[in-house]
Amino acid sequence: MGLTQLVIRRLAFGVITLLVITILISLALEALPGDFAEQRLGQSATPETVAAIRDQLGLNKPVYVRYVQWLGNFLQGDMGVSLGNNRPVSELLASRLGNTLFLAVASAIVAVPLALFLGLLAALYRETLLDKMISTTTLAAISLPEFFIGYMLVALFAVYWQIFPAISNISDSMNFGEKVYASLLPIATLTLVIVAHMMRMTRAAIINLMQSPFIEMANLKGLKRYRIIVHHALPNALSPIINVIVLNLAYLVVGVVVVEVVFVFPGLGLLMVDAVTSRDLPIVQACILIFGATYITLNMLADILAIVCNPRMRHPR
Amino acid sequence: MNQKYELERAFETGRINRREFLQRSAALGVVVAAPGTLISGFANAAMKRGGILRLGMGGGSTTDTLDPGTHTDSVGICLERQLRSYLTEVAASGELVGELAESWEVAPGAIDWTFELRKGVEFHNGKSLTSHDVIASIQHHIKEGSTSAVAGQMGQIAEMSADGDHVVKIKLKAGNADFPWLVSDYHVSVFPADEGWQPGIGSGAYSLVSYEPGVRAEVTRNPNYFKEGRPYFDGLTITVIPDDSARDNALKTGQVDATNRVSQRTASLLDKAAGVQVMKIVGTKHYTVPMLTNVPPFDNVKVRQALRLAVDRDAMLKTVLGGHGELGNDLPIGRNQEFYNTDLPQREYDPDQAAFILKEAGMEGLSIELSAANAAFDGAVDAAVLFAEHAKAAGISINVIRESNDGYWSNVWQKKPWSMCYWSGRPTQDWMWTIAYEKGGAWNDNNWDNARFQDLLIAARAEVDQAKRKDLYWEMQRLHWEEGGTVVPLFAADLMGVSEKLAIPDVVGSDWELDGHRAGERWSFA
Repeated sequence: MGLTQLVIRRLAFGVITLLVITILISLALEALPGDFAEQRLGQSATPETVAAIRDQLGLNKPVYVRYVQWLGNFLQGDMGVSLGNNRPVSELLASRLGNTLFLAVASAIVAVPLALFLGLLAALYRETLLDKMISTTTLAAISLPEFFIGYMLVALFAVYWQIFPAISNISDSMNFGEKVYASLLPIATLTLVIVAHMMRMTRAAIINLMQSPFIEMANLKGLKRYRIIVHHALPNALSPIINVIVLNLAYLVVGVVVVEVVFVFPGLGLLMVDAVTSRDLPIVQACILIFGATYITLNMLADILAIVCNPRMRHPR
Repeated sequence: MNQKYELERAFETGRINRREFLQRSAALGVVVAAPGTLISGFANAAMKRGGILRLGMGGGSTTDTLDPGTHTDSVGICLERQLRSYLTEVAASGELVGELAESWEVAPGAIDWTFELRKGVEFHNGKSLTSHDVIASIQHHIKEGSTSAVAGQMGQIAEMSADGDHVVKIKLKAGNADFPWLVSDYHVSVFPADEGWQPGIGSGAYSLVSYEPGVRAEVTRNPNYFKEGRPYFDGLTITVIPDDSARDNALKTGQVDATNRVSQRTASLLDKAAGVQVMKIVGTKHYTVPMLTNVPPFDNVKVRQALRLAVDRDAMLKTVLGGHGELGNDLPIGRNQEFYNTDLPQREYDPDQAAFILKEAGMEGLSIELSAANAAFDGAVDAAVLFAEHAKAAGISINVIRESNDGYWSNVWQKKPWSMCYWSGRPTQDWMWTIAYEKGGAWNDNNWDNARFQDLLIAARAEVDQAKRKDLYWEMQRLHWEEGGTVVPLFAADLMGVSEKLAIPDVVGSDWELDGHRAGERWSFA
């Protein structure tokens, strides 16, 4: 199967998956106790005011009618407005998505090269003290829950030494440098959380290859160990490594709610948690679509890259 | 000094109320803070101009709006208080004073009210305040199809009319001597009639610069504010920080100057941090355990009496609130509030008496269910489990049902026969009794049907003679204390974190957190 065909097929599946997700989300929100009107008014709800809000927002219509309406508008490029304050969902998402991507990209720029480097180092000096230290520290970091790492970093670097800010409440009025400075602790937290995974995969993939005949050949030719690993082992080990890297990138976009809460980082995760709490369906749908699309795209990218860096898959018989 | 100490004791034990306390301490010639608002270490309030007050607050959501009818949580209320003014204001001392209203008069019967508006008040857009703005702002809550949380409360207005630009006449459907208190409610702010609430314009101490709901709000000093010299800050920012620890950290590292909702668990730790203090205010916020008194077995007054004796309030105060609060006495009225019945002794834990009462009623081995979720208040499930443990000693078996936090207020509270609940309280007796205890009230969560009590409530409402009102309220409280359907085990303190860089007046409002959400105009930098 050619690459183009694969991409087209995967895209089609992706769209269907997203569609199914939106249906599931609608039903799930419907199944939760309390609707938007009740959540908004809380203890101060009276039957009259709840009815008035439902009336105003059209929440009285059956769930499938509301879903079809939403889908129709969405296909025309209209994501709707927040039930809460009438703000266009697209506008709400724009700044939050920007923040989330900023944090994800910044963390990836630090974490990915670091993980590869540590992985190579660990493979190169396999079974030495260095290897064991790298493995122990990264595995320890991944074993701790991310909020714990976050609080530890805050306790040390913000409260005790007062080097970095405790909350990363970035805003559009900050310039790039200020944003990076304010976000250093969340970036460090995310880095600690994802490095181990990628580093272990790099190490394992390379060590696995080291048993292959062509590496033995390179060894017999008298090549330096460093050269063997970087030029002969790494390119062949890339495919599983890329897979893990891409999955971790997806995690950086969709799975950082806890870090956002700890550092008060105004990203998509916080927005979605807020929206689910208040049953603000248009926002939830939009967030889920972004998360779903990110996962699907990155997974596809992982497969494509796996094919591209594997000659056997690039030239199928 | 002795006299001062005695006075403080008298206040703490509820023998005198806040107002008396302040009057008598002034007579003594000593400068004191009302205990409960006591904070040491602050430079005595010499107010200075300048600086930006940065608040870090929990209780904000992306779905917040500037519609005054929709506020239910701290950030929305706080921002509202900065931007817009009200007819009346609950002063830090707990008294009702005029804000936009310079004075008000009432005809006998407490039905016809006349509010005289302050002259020369300007909105942020330069337009002058008139009686039409006031009427339009109140109308917002009671118009057809209103989604306002105070639609019911303001629904007692029969008609409103403007008598010139500065007089508003309000006719009620029935007499209510406390009506001026109702218009101090944080929902009932005044916005310009022609612009509506949407642009966030008001006549408050600050005008809106930017607002990102659920993230932050920024306001700047209103140079034309009608209160002379106020506000002291150049501006104010609210950063929404939902996480307790993140709020504490932001305060400790100086990223914010004050926070609300310090967790009871970490309050003592935060208090020890350098440059930071925890301010503790006990006001009207209380936790309740309402029984539906029309549902068996709660329709039996003996069961209700036994359950009230079967809870160890001291233990609950220590465990659930970390000691940051006061014991409740099965009344939804704070000890500092006007007309509090000081004759009623504090109800103690007495499992033997509880068992005895049940035996008398032939209800030994009572087994009941208590619905709880932390949506009611932080620690509600723990409180319910404690209650069940305490009640065992009286031979009562309480099965605590863990309910879902989502939809708790719609599906559990008022629906299940016995559940956990929370009230922020109200500044007047009538207001509190009316919303939750009057027969047929929208938020009545106990359905207590006592003819005498209901008669007294209505009689006291329209009574303008203070001495007679006191008698009526005292009798109501006794009735509720003896036979009512709601256990009120605790009054919870509001805990706030404040930087020592702030100058805070000795007396701080207890109607809401952060000085009634008026820190912006009452506080300054030292």
